[in-house]
Amino acid sequence: MSDTHAQTVPFVRDTMLPPAEPPIKEAGAMRWLRENLFSGPVNTILTILGILIVWFLVSHFWDWFAHSVWNAASLSECRQIIAETWGEGARGACWAVIRERWNQYVYGFYPPALYWRPTMAFGLLFVALAPVLFSEAPGIRRIVLGLTTVLTLWLMVALGAPAAWLVFAAIVLVGALAISERHVSWLLVFSVLYPLMGVWFLWGGSAWGPIMVLVGPVLGWIAWRVMHPLSGMVAVIAALVIPVLWWVGYAGEAARDAESIVSFAIPAVASDRFGGFLLSITIGISGIALSLPLGIVLALARRSDMFLVKSLAVIFIEFIRGVPLIALLFVASLLLNYFLPPGTNFDIILRVIIMVTLFAAAYMAEVIRGGLAALPKGQYEAADALGLDYWKAQRLIVLPQALKISIPGIVSTFIGMFKDTTLVTFVGLYDPLKSMSDAVRASTSWKGIYWEPYIFVGFIFFLICFAMSRYSMYLERRLARDHR
Amino acid sequence: MTDMSAPGNPPFRPSMLIYDRRYRSMTFQVIVFILVMALAWWLVNNTIRNLAALGKDFNFGFLWQRAGYDIPQTPIPYTSDDTHFRAAMVGLLNTLIVSILGCIAATFVGIIAGVARLSNNWLIARLMTVYVEAFRNVPLLLWILIVFAIFTEVMPPPNAFRGDDPAASMILFDHVALTNRYTAIPTLAMTNDPGSLDLGARITISWATIAFVVVLIGGWIVRRMIGAWAQRVQDQTGSRPTTWWMSLAVMTVPSLLLIWFFGLHFEAPELRGFNFAGGLNVQNGLVALWLALTLYTGAFIAEIVRAGILAVSRGQSEAAFALGLRPGRTMNLVILPQALRVIIPPLISQYLNLTKNSSLAIAVGYMDIKGTLGGTTLNQTGRELEAILLMMGVYLVLSLIISAGMNIFNSRVKLKER
Amino acid sequence: MKTSIFLGTVAAATLMAGAGMADTLADVKARGELNCGVNTGLVGFAAPDANGNWTGFDVDFCKAVAAAVLGDATKVKYVPTTGQTRFTALSSGEVDLLARNSTWTFSRDTDLKLDFIGVNYYDGQGFMVRKDLGVTSAKELDGATVCIQTGTTTELNLADYFKANNMAYQPVNIDSNAEGEQQYMAGACDAYTTDASGLAATRAAFADPENHIILPEIISKEPLGPAVRHGDNNWGDIVRWTLYALIAAEEYGVTSANIGELTTSSQNPEVQRLLGVTDDLGAMIGLDKEWAKRAIMARGNYGEIFAANIGEQTPIGLARGLNAQWTQGGLMYAMPFR
Repeated sequence: MSDTHAQTVPFVRDTMLPPAEPPIKEAGAMRWLRENLFSGPVNTILTILGILIVWFLVSHFWDWFAHSVWNAASLSECRQIIAETWGEGARGACWAVIRERWNQYVYGFYPPALYWRPTMAFGLLFVALAPVLFSEAPGIRRIVLGLTTVLTLWLMVALGAPAAWLVFAAIVLVGALAISERHVSWLLVFSVLYPLMGVWFLWGGSAWGPIMVLVGPVLGWIAWRVMHPLSGMVAVIAALVIPVLWWVGYAGEAARDAESIVSFAIPAVASDRFGGFLLSITIGISGIALSLPLGIVLALARRSDMFLVKSLAVIFIEFIRGVPLIALLFVASLLLNYFLPPGTNFDIILRVIIMVTLFAAAYMAEVIRGGLAALPKGQYEAADALGLDYWKAQRLIVLPQALKISIPGIVSTFIGMFKDTTLVTFVGLYDPLKSMSDAVRASTSWKGIYWEPYIFVGFIFFLICFAMSRYSMYLERRLARDHR
Repeated sequence: MTDMSAPGNPPFRPSMLIYDRRYRSMTFQVIVFILVMALAWWLVNNTIRNLAALGKDFNFGFLWQRAGYDIPQTPIPYTSDDTHFRAAMVGLLNTLIVSILGCIAATFVGIIAGVARLSNNWLIARLMTVYVEAFRNVPLLLWILIVFAIFTEVMPPPNAFRGDDPAASMILFDHVALTNRYTAIPTLAMTNDPGSLDLGARITISWATIAFVVVLIGGWIVRRMIGAWAQRVQDQTGSRPTTWWMSLAVMTVPSLLLIWFFGLHFEAPELRGFNFAGGLNVQNGLVALWLALTLYTGAFIAEIVRAGILAVSRGQSEAAFALGLRPGRTMNLVILPQALRVIIPPLISQYLNLTKNSSLAIAVGYMDIKGTLGGTTLNQTGRELEAILLMMGVYLVLSLIISAGMNIFNSRVKLKER
Repeated sequence: MKTSIFLGTVAAATLMAGAGMADTLADVKARGELNCGVNTGLVGFAAPDANGNWTGFDVDFCKAVAAAVLGDATKVKYVPTTGQTRFTALSSGEVDLLARNSTWTFSRDTDLKLDFIGVNYYDGQGFMVRKDLGVTSAKELDGATVCIQTGTTTELNLADYFKANNMAYQPVNIDSNAEGEQQYMAGACDAYTTDASGLAATRAAFADPENHIILPEIISKEPLGPAVRHGDNNWGDIVRWTLYALIAAEEYGVTSANIGELTTSSQNPEVQRLLGVTDDLGAMIGLDKEWAKRAIMARGNYGEIFAANIGEQTPIGLARGLNAQWTQGGLMYAMPFR
């Protein structure tokens, strides 16, 4: 670009040539195809193989899906419609069974007049989850809470919920939406109360039961406050012992007395009315909520310096992880009554929840242990240097970071557990997959229908689990920015 | 520092059990120990009281009573006159069969799918993503039921193979019949049967099998020796002699000789009466369970493999290329050894999961240990406490063996860190 | 479920033991509900409909017992039990009464510590095959594949029968009747074996019942009856005599329709005792005078229950056969109410 050069050479182009069109092989769809599908002989073979597989699947299942019938009262009617519409011998999917038995699949044998209760409990669940799951993602939180509010209220109206409960749900949902804008952590209070509330909504009965259960920790806290100035040791013991004494000795009676004075009850629904996705979700959510704290305790115990505590944790975790869930469920249904005092007998769903919780907790402990191990040693040392005691260090420094690292593992444990709730079919509970489909098939009108119920149930499970896993990946990316 | 602490030990006060770090962990452990013991005593005591109230006892004598029921697929000879113990053994072997087959197949499927997901072939990568997501997010029980239903609903019954113009025909040169009850496959038969070694308890091993095992192990040892010799030559002269044909010969020729000697051949199944006979009828319960377990676990292994390969930083393969290694050798010598380190620990837990998930055999009527000991035996004898505890013990031992074995393997492939 | 489930857990998880198992009657009365173990789904005997309402032959017996004990036939909690969980559910106290077409056998009565209180259905094990198989007798089933429910007495009978007749077979183990139907319909087994009543019920529900036959051989005795826990004789008496009350009511022509009229008009002393008009038999088993009357009024007498659930007018279409009254050549014979 020197001046001299420009003067000595007779011709210099002083404008840029317009860029030429790329060769047709290097542009647009052709290029994409060449690079992504036919870049070499191996790739070409693979592509052809892939196309063949897709073609095989589509050619076998397309007409079945295309010939879907949504309105019929029985399988024979359904087959007749298919034969009439698409000719004799045509194959078709009979989704009418899903339409007909939709309520049974979703609510099991729950009394139809009370369908709004599980619906409301499910809606409020998202409020309880908001401060835990959505605190870092305000955009998603607004969408989720907004959708929940609209859907829950709409469904409750459609299902004929009483006006008082509609108002209650509306206040909670809209209130949560408003509060979460400023103080998401305030909603944690709701999260703590939700388990008792959810149990009451689902099983019904007197509200005094859950209230009296709640009184236990309150009494413990009061005892701690009163005793603390006198002696720390006594205060801690009192705070632990008094709630237990209350629950064992007085809570039941107090609830009964309170109920007889001021009745505050909604119709009770027995456990044998639970079934379908209501059962799966109830077991899944309870298991998740209970297994996380238990898993944290187990993980800390396994990393503890105390030999005995550590060995007990190792034995427990390895025992549970070494045994199939089915065996544990059979323990719940067949053996638990042997292990409890003669005459005690409690609900099979509760027994199953206990076993599922123990099972998930062992896996959870291993996931969290991984998170704890992945945390740089400097963090522990920094906590020590600040003079924090063990629990403060764990609570303020170690666990928040370790849990963040473990989020993918925790979510996949949840997904695994939710999928495993289908196994309750083997202890006589009506899970959506096998027992409920068998029950549907037992009726004369739907005898002999196999694929549609399986595909439907599988699809719902896929939606829930896939959404969970995608959200955990999103969360992982979002949280990743604040370390390393 | 020394003058900070009081000379001698301070007098012991009870409150030090809580406030003094030296004693606190002791106190805590003692309390935990007492609580755990109390819990254990409580459980055992309750069990004893409950058993007494029901008039039952706790003994494993039922294992030596006549079982009285038949099992469709028995790896060792078994009739309804045998004991419950033998039935449990049959169940255990069936569990092992499906678990081992499942682990092997799932590893293959997982590696292929995991690598294919990283392929730069758009279609293949997408297809594999669909496969992995579909299987990971749907309950295993559903896949087992669906695969089993495909077998029973889509495959023809054995009598469809009958007649001059049968509705169904055997595949693989009339050697394999896919029916809705079982897959009839040929058995190996010998014209010069050398007889069998009796191990007692009606378990026999054919001498031919022993001969093959001996020959194969011998061939492997000789091959190792050839390798060592080649190494020695290389160390001394600098050039490695070509040995592959020797290794190949050592590994195959003796086996081929044995095949010729025993007159080993396939005996195809044929339709006799209601069912195929002459071959081996592999129950559909086993095939369906095996397929479903393979595909389900394979999806998880695919993710593990993918993560393992991605965990090896790009610089490693670039460095290998810079050294002039061909892609195949790069994979074998650089990427895989590093990826394996990441892959093996989660792979162990997938194998464990597969073994435990094989207990879902109950859904397809495959009689594994859950089906025999924890199913029919439990039911016919009413010994639920003993049967379930025993079954859990068996699974526990299996799990411990698998994790121990895989941990040894893991420590061998693990890169030795400085 | 009077208080909440949580209180139940807390109570159960701590040392608080409930009342002893010995007095089932008191437990049931205190609970206000009868826990009845039933089949998870066998149409005609016990099956839930789309709304979870249970119907069937066994279910009606549960209702009769609930009516006799609690005065309300609806106060029953049905606990679906599988072949595997049924006896444990009873012995662990999860159910008070097991009405789940279970066969009365020696070892179950003694070793499993159950008490069978009677027989409400005399059954026997049979085989169902497709007509086009060309089989007319079970003796021709050598080498056949047979679908069989695991954990039942039929599994043992099947093994014994083929062994005794020196025949071979391949069992296909299934978990429930629904699964058995699926396998049989798909041709995965040549024959389906279970209680003859179950076969009839299954066959009746097919789209083409005429293409399936039930072979004439009945290879076992299957007396099906309700069972209670061993050791609580009073409770056993209540359940036993409720069954006899239903059978006796049929014998004496007492139906749910005419029972009110007969209470005042009947001159038969046995009927008067049964309905609590004269003697107070109920007091002897800890119940009131009208217990049997309520039990009969719940779903009718034995014959009515039979006809409504599995009789010839229903899709299942079972003939009375052995289950006719002894006066009509059957085996149903109620002990005297005296």
